[in-house]
Order: sequence, then structure tokens, then C-alpha cells
Amino acid sequence: MTQTNTIAIKAEAVVKNYGAKAALRSIDLEIPTGGVTILLGSNGAGKSTLLRVFAMLTRIDSGNLTIHGLEMMKEGPSIRANTGAALHAPMLYGDMSVRENLMFSASILRLPRKDTLIYETAEKVGIQDRLEDRVRSLSHGLQKKVSLARAIMHEPSLLLLDEPESGLDGRSVNQLDQIIAGYRSHNRTVVMTTHIIEHGLEIADHAVVLQHGNVILMSNDPITERSAIMNAYASVGAKL
Amino acid sequence: MTDTILVIWAIARKDLVLEIRNKDVVVAITGFALLVLAIFTFAVDLSQMNAKLIGPGVLWAAIAFAGVTGLNRAFASEIESSTLEALLIAPISRDLIYLGKSLGNFLFITTAQIIVIPTFAVLFNLIVFRWEMVAICMVTAIGFSAVGTLFAAMSVRIRAREVMLPLLFLPVVTPLLMAAVESTSYLVNGGTWGEMASWLQLAIAFDVLFIVISALIFQNILED
Repeated sequence: MTQTNTIAIKAEAVVKNYGAKAALRSIDLEIPTGGVTILLGSNGAGKSTLLRVFAMLTRIDSGNLTIHGLEMMKEGPSIRANTGAALHAPMLYGDMSVRENLMFSASILRLPRKDTLIYETAEKVGIQDRLEDRVRSLSHGLQKKVSLARAIMHEPSLLLLDEPESGLDGRSVNQLDQIIAGYRSHNRTVVMTTHIIEHGLEIADHAVVLQHGNVILMSNDPITERSAIMNAYASVGAKL
Repeated sequence: MTDTILVIWAIARKDLVLEIRNKDVVVAITGFALLVLAIFTFAVDLSQMNAKLIGPGVLWAAIAFAGVTGLNRAFASEIESSTLEALLIAPISRDLIYLGKSLGNFLFITTAQIIVIPTFAVLFNLIVFRWEMVAICMVTAIGFSAVGTLFAAMSVRIRAREVMLPLLFLPVVTPLLMAAVESTSYLVNGGTWGEMASWLQLAIAFDVLFIVISALIFQNILED
């Protein structure tokens, strides 16, 4: 387990409402730099909203959020330059090939050696043979891999993954685990949601359980505190 | 600076590639505009006098209404495939997204104009192939795309966006439409640069004003 003193994400009293519905109610959270943090909770607990807030796709109503010490409201482009996200939707252009999608991302990220980089990243996620295929023709699982490739192409220090295992076969989940392990070994931070709690706890260094937009448990030692996490997870009505 | 231009071009180029494959926007704009022109050709007695009198108004009304049809697609397709979020999480300022999308829309409107204006010249039997017409088309397309991209982004999350976009867009572009119609009237009546200068200046001022305002407020309208 990675232990550092540096904080990757610090949320203070973060509130987000969608109309009358509260998605996040005064979230206070510190996610350490390096390692894997998993967000657990039942549907509607606020996991995906929290990831979207970290990805700067959703603006908070109140509270403070800093990512790697940078204030979210003031340092948007700098934070996004060091963040990669593969969220629920693949966020890909269906009528463009895999290569064209990755090339477009590389262009707006202003990355050098684009062709080499695209091939190397595609190889990491196991889609190097599908580079010329139109995204529309790919299965959901392959689209998730392309989305993951786009998220890691610029080697961000913060990687946000929303249920990355969904739609992946066993071999692909192993590849995903290797990528996450690579991130951990380089002291980068991964924050991910998952509904597969057993798998999540195997790879996690930290665990956060959410319920109705509140943090009800934060663990920095999910192996030792496994039963407490499982109990909290079960108490929020999530299916084990 | 070069990086900024490359990012804007990458966004516009991506829209062009998708448009070449789908032909959603240009076909919508061109088809709608040609239909309006054809209907007026049959509905109005197009003597030379009448054509010069009503032709410019019909032309720009057709392009404006058709433009709205196409602009509706500019962000709708990005929302449908969630790709707007991929742009929003990229480390680029929102005004570059605005400028890239505006450039794409400018190219679509210009392409539609290249088809619609010769058709207009034939149907209304008017001589419009002069450099002045190129200038009028350019400044009008820039204004349409500047305002249209902003309002398309504003209305994209609204359920009745097909209704809302024209309601927002058309009143705002009225000064630009007036400038385009008046300039084209001078042109078809054999007017000179000097005669249409004040209208072209109005159109250019409109373009500059709305590009600056839109780029400034664009970042506030895309997030949840």
C-alpha cells in the first residue's frame, strides 16, 4: 500500500444539487497522492457525480476543491492537463476510426510523437489491431478500452475511472489491473468507482463509501478494514 | 500562438471530417435554403424589377433560417455521443472550443453559400458574381457562426432546442441580416463599394463584438 503525505484531491464542504435533488451534501474528503482510491456506494450515492466534479465536468454549488494543491475554480486548464478520465460514456466519435479519435485527443492535448504514442497506448490497452476500425463498429467493451487509451495517453498524474471493468472480459480486466498497477508504481493517483467490490478492494489503497451524497466511511487501509468497508457497503443497500 | 491555432484547427477539422462522412449540416442548410428560394420563385412574379427588390431579402432570409437548421446540429451531435465532455476535460480553455466550433460552422455555412448563391442568381436572374458579394458572404457567415455557435451551445441542453435556437438566434442577428440585405441590394442594382461601405462596416463591427462577447461567456454555459 502506498503511503504519502501529499494530498492529490482535497474536498471541503463540497455541495452539488441538481435542482431540488442533492447529489453531494457537504463532502469533506482527502485523497492521498499515489495509489488507488475506490469510491463505493449504491446507485445514486454520488460516486459518479463526485468523479465528474473531480474531472471538472460538473461545477460545485459551494465548498472548496483543490487538486494537487491547485484551486479548481482558478486553475482549470492546469488541472485538466494532469487529469485523465474514462467516465461512464465512452466519449468517442462513432464515425471516426480509433486512430482518428486518439489523434484528435493527442492534437488538443498538444502531444509530441503522436503516431508512436497512439500505437504504444493502444498496445497497453490491447487495441493495437483495431486502430483503423470505426468506433461505431466496436463492442461496448472495446469502446471502453479506447476511452481508457485516450485517458492515459498523456500519462496524467490523476486518472479518474467510472466503473472501468464494466463490459470488459477477464483478460481485459487483467490488462486494466496492469495499467493501474503501473500508475501506482509511478506514484500517480487513480480514483475509480466500482460495483465489483471484491475486485475493487483487491487493488485499492484507499476506500471511500458514499451514501446519499455523504461520505460515511473513509479507509486508508482497506485490507485490514475490509469487514468494516463491507458492512458499510451493505448498510447503504448496495448488493454485495 | 501556433499551439492555439492548431487546437482551434483540430476541433474544426474534426467537425469537417465528421461532416464529410455524415453530411448532416451542409445538406440541411443547403436543402432548406434551396427550398425557400424555389418556393419564392414560384410564388412571386420575378420581373427584373421585383427580383432586384425582393431577391436580396429572400436570399438572406433563406440562408438565415437554413443556418439555424444546421447550427442545431453543431452541439446536438456532441451531446448525443457525450463527446462534448471529452472536449471539456481537455486542458484547453473553453474559448478555444468555441472558436474551433465556430470555425467549423463558418466553413459549413460558407459551403452552403457556394451552392445557394449561384442557384439564387439563376432563379432570380440577377448578377451577383462580384468581389463585393464574396465580402458580404464572408462577414455574414462569420457573424452567423459566431452567434449561432454560442446559442447552439446555450440551447443544447434544452428539451425544445429546435424551437429555442431560432427564437434566440434570429432577433440577435437582425442587424447582420439588415446589413447583408442592404449590401446585396446595392450590389444587384450596380452599386459600388463606397455605397455599401457603411453596411459592411456595421456587419464587421457586429462580427467583432459577438466573437469577443461569445468567447468570454462561452465557458459559463457548458458546465452542469
